[in-house]
Order: sequence, then C-alpha cells, then structure tokens
Amino acid sequence: MARRRLLRGPLELIALAVLGVLVVLAVLAPVLSPRDPLEQALAARLTPPSLEYWLGTDQLGRDMASRILYGARLSLLVGVFVVALAGASGTVIGLVAGYGGGLVDEALMRLTDVFLAFPSLILAMAIAGALGPTLVNAILAIAVVTWPVYARLIRGQLLSLRRREFVEAARSVGASGGRILVRHLLPNAFGPILVQASFDMGAAIIAVAGLSFIGFGAQPPTPEWGVMISEGRNFFSTEPWLSLFPGVAILLAAGSFNVLGDALRDAFDPRRAL
Amino acid sequence: MRFVTYLARRVVGIAAVMVGVSIITFAISHVVPADPAVAALGDHATPAQIVEFRHQYGLDRPLVDQYVLYVEGILHGDLGTSIRTRRAVADDLRDFFPATLELSLSALLIALLLGLPAGVWSAVRRGGIPDQVVRVVILAGGSLPIFWLGLIVIGVGYFQLGWFPGGGRIDAFVAPPPTRTGLYVVDSILAGDLDALSSSLRHLILPAVTLGYFSTALVARMTRASMLESLGQDYIRTARAKGLRERVVVWRHALRNALIPTVTILGLTFASLLSGAVLTETIFSWPGLGRYATASAVSLDFPAVMGVTLLAAVAYPLANLVVDIAYFWLDPRIQRGG
Repeated sequence: MARRRLLRGPLELIALAVLGVLVVLAVLAPVLSPRDPLEQALAARLTPPSLEYWLGTDQLGRDMASRILYGARLSLLVGVFVVALAGASGTVIGLVAGYGGGLVDEALMRLTDVFLAFPSLILAMAIAGALGPTLVNAILAIAVVTWPVYARLIRGQLLSLRRREFVEAARSVGASGGRILVRHLLPNAFGPILVQASFDMGAAIIAVAGLSFIGFGAQPPTPEWGVMISEGRNFFSTEPWLSLFPGVAILLAAGSFNVLGDALRDAFDPRRAL
Repeated sequence: MRFVTYLARRVVGIAAVMVGVSIITFAISHVVPADPAVAALGDHATPAQIVEFRHQYGLDRPLVDQYVLYVEGILHGDLGTSIRTRRAVADDLRDFFPATLELSLSALLIALLLGLPAGVWSAVRRGGIPDQVVRVVILAGGSLPIFWLGLIVIGVGYFQLGWFPGGGRIDAFVAPPPTRTGLYVVDSILAGDLDALSSSLRHLILPAVTLGYFSTALVARMTRASMLESLGQDYIRTARAKGLRERVVVWRHALRNALIPTVTILGLTFASLLSGAVLTETIFSWPGLGRYATASAVSLDFPAVMGVTLLAAVAYPLANLVVDIAYFWLDPRIQRGG
C-alpha cells in the first residue's frame, strides 16, 4: 500500500531514477570520469561542450564533466553528513526533552527556539567564518542550524505517542522504559523523521553549496558544485555553461530529494495527499 | 486567553530567546580558533601591535566581563565598533538596513501578488494545465539554489536583453533621493524625483524577482493546499447551492478561510528572506545587511557579524508576533481561546 502510494506518478519515478543515477555516478566517479578533475589543460581552456569534452572545460582547462561527477560525490556526502549529524543530535535532545519533561523539557525547547530564531545562513556563515572556511566546517555549521527541527519533531512524536493504547498496553505487560522506546516509540516516529531527512538532504546540498559560493565552504580547486558556480561567475556572459551545469546538478539532486520527501509524507499520512 | 496576557507572555518569551541568542553570538565570536586581531592587522603585525589591538577592543579581558560589557552595550544601543569599517556597528546597521528592507519588502510584495492568485488558480483548476505549471514552479522553489537563479536572472535581464542594470541600487549619475524612509523607491516618490524613481526601480527589479521567487513558491504552495481543503468544506457547497457566483465562492468564502496558513508562512518566510538576502545581495552588489555580513565574516569582523545576527534574530520572533496578532484579527475564534 505504502509503496504504491509512494510511486504514484511519473514525477516520483523520475526523482527516484535521478537519485539512483546520481548515487551510481558518485560512487563510480573515479572509473567514469573521462579525466582527472584537477588536471589543467591550459591549451584547451574554455572549450565549449563537445564530443571530446562533454560539458566543456573551465578557465584552467579542467574537464567540467569530471568535475561535476566528483562534485556529486561531495554533495551527496555533504547531505548525508549534515542529516546524520543534525538528525542524531536532534533525536537525542528531543528524546531527553520528551522523556525528562518539566524543567528539562522547557529549557531544551527554549534552546531550540534560540537556534530557530537565527537566520540559518547568517549563523552558518558566522560559524564557518569563525572555525575557518573548509567544507567540513560548512557541514558542521549547517548541522548546527538544522538539529532543532529534529529535536522538536521527536519530542512532539514522543508526547503524542506516549498516550496511545499500544504504548499503554506495552507498559501494562511490564515492558521497560528502554524497551518501549526502542521497540514502540522510535519505529513509530521513524516516518516523520525520514520525511524530514529527505527534505533536509536537498536543503543541505543547497546550503553548503551556497556557503562555498560565498567562500565559507569548500575552497578552489575542489570540484564542489558551489565553488564551480562561483568560479564560472566571471565568465557568465561569454561561457555560461561553467556556472549553468553545476547549477543544474544541484537542482536535479535537491529537486529529487524534495519530490521524494513530498511522496514520503503523502505515503505516511494519506490525509495530506492533496 | 485574553489578548493582553497572551501578548505579555510572548514578550517575556522573546526576551528569554534574546538572552540565548546573545550568548550564542558572543560564544561564536569569542571562543573560536580564528584570531580577529591577526585578521585585522595582517600576518605581519608585531606582537606588540596585536597586544595593543586586543586591549583596544577588550579582547584581553575575562570572557564573563566581555559578555557583560557586550550586553550592557546592546541595551544602550551600542553594538561595538566594526573592525573592518572602524565605525560603530549600530551606525553601519542603520545605513545598510533600509536597502535590505526595500529588497525584502519587494520580494514579499511579489510573493503576495503572484503567489496568492497562483495558489488559488491552481487549486480551482486542480489537475489541469495551470495546476501542473504552478506545481512545477512550487517544486523548483525549494530546489533552486538562489545564487544560481540570481546569475541566470542577471544573464537574461542584463547580459542578453540589456533591459536592467547588473547591480547596485541606483545609477552612478543619478543622485539618490533625500533620505526619509531610506527606501529609494519610496523616497523618490515622496520627493517627486522621476529620474531617481525610474533608476531605483530598474535596479530593484532583478534582485527582487530573484529573492521573491522563493517566497512566491512558498505562498503558492500554502495557498494551494489550504484552498483545496477549504473548497471541500460544507459551507462551500452551501454557498454554491444558494446560487452564489463561483468567483464570490472562491475569492470571498474559500480564500478568506484559507488565508491563515498563508499568513503564517509569510511570517516564517521573513527569516528565510534574510538568509536569501545574503546571497542575493552578494550577486547583485546590493549594498544591504547581507553583503555587509558577508564582507564582515570574511575579515573575521565579529562585532559587525554579531550585530547583523542579533538584528536578524530579533526580527524573526517579532515578525512572528506580528503574524500572531494578525490571527486575532483574521479569526475571531482565536480570541475566545479556541
């Protein structure tokens, strides 16, 4: 049932296919890339897309197709790390808040309020600037602005599930608190987390590329999509493909995660399928 | 809950959040590996110069003292001195804020003018071609990197068509209008200065469209979803059954009830507008807070970055407070504690 709802239309199928292809390309980048993404061929610089260079070359004669393939690797890893970091820490904090209740709950929820009050990119920029501009720090920075959503999600789930019959039933037959948490509460909270994670994969890819674009993330000559768009910017009036292709890559990756997130949400909560 | 009680509770809540915000901005800027003194003076500064600099900006005092000084300053409207511009941060913010406000308000205006009708249209023609188009626009809204969209908008509007300037707020040869609100478009109208009005409008359009696209998509998404819900309600059937024209049913009856989620989104959009403004202003050389924040962060100018962060973090709960007050006005049931 859920699977049929998940793959209800062509858009969802396309999104899944795009993600599948992206993962394969990312994993096999060293095998599939026509050239070394860092290798400069100055004689062939700024070549338009052609049979020899599928997506053209940049201002240093580096092969754009190879750079975008390696970029897929970085961007997918960025998404995974941000979601894993934010999801794990948010889940723990949400559990502590939901279980602890009272003052602990109040304090932790005010803490999420504080983090949600910051405009994410400005806070991330300040963190990345303070720690030093590297891709790892950009990932940390985006994770720092992402975790509160998970903390609130888990806490909300916990509060609403705790009163449900199946949890009461488990408790009445003498299940321990830990067992109820692992066997009953977390599996039921899994759906909303998966939906949020799917949206955040896309958002993290865009956000880290944005930080890299303004100089607070990956640095040249790293083949990261945001860096590539930034490097191509000065050639935009004459060689637009330098910035266009990496942008299309981000759009495809983030768009697919968003479509998937929408489909997952509808699958888990059919009432919202409008 | 009575309105005044509610308002008081919210204000106390906001104050608590502000204390947390100030601790975090302070912590980021003071407990970091990067050294602002080295950043300001360069790698060739002598140890004596660095000591002198640290003393001048209070960086050599205990952290708690620095924090107390920082908060005292904020309460007196003193956000410190920018290491980069060597001016009071509060003055810098005052100068750069109107440009960001003008850009954000234009983006919100675009979102309301385009997003609202698009959402209604898409819901009314559910499943049809207009609905498909709007859904693609909505989908792209959450998946397009704003800095990339900005480049394309410049590429088309400036490089290809040549209709609009590629950056800045007003042409170099046009005198900015006398400052009243700080919004060039409004000030030009107030001063009756047509040259300044046309120049500032032409400069505003591309960045406003770039920044506004995302809010437009959000508003359209929210309006579509809540319109679909309210169009399925009994009172809509009743309205149709008593022979009201479809236009009245849609725009008066259904839309009015679908507005609350849309208003909520507008409030939440405000925060993302500020984040979006950072990238949009960078691309369009728009002299606002976003560009100021980026330039300050690059040079580890923490008093300036903290100032922008603090201002933005105050703006967000305030925007949501305004939204909540709008609820009271939009939906009388809330006043009765519904």
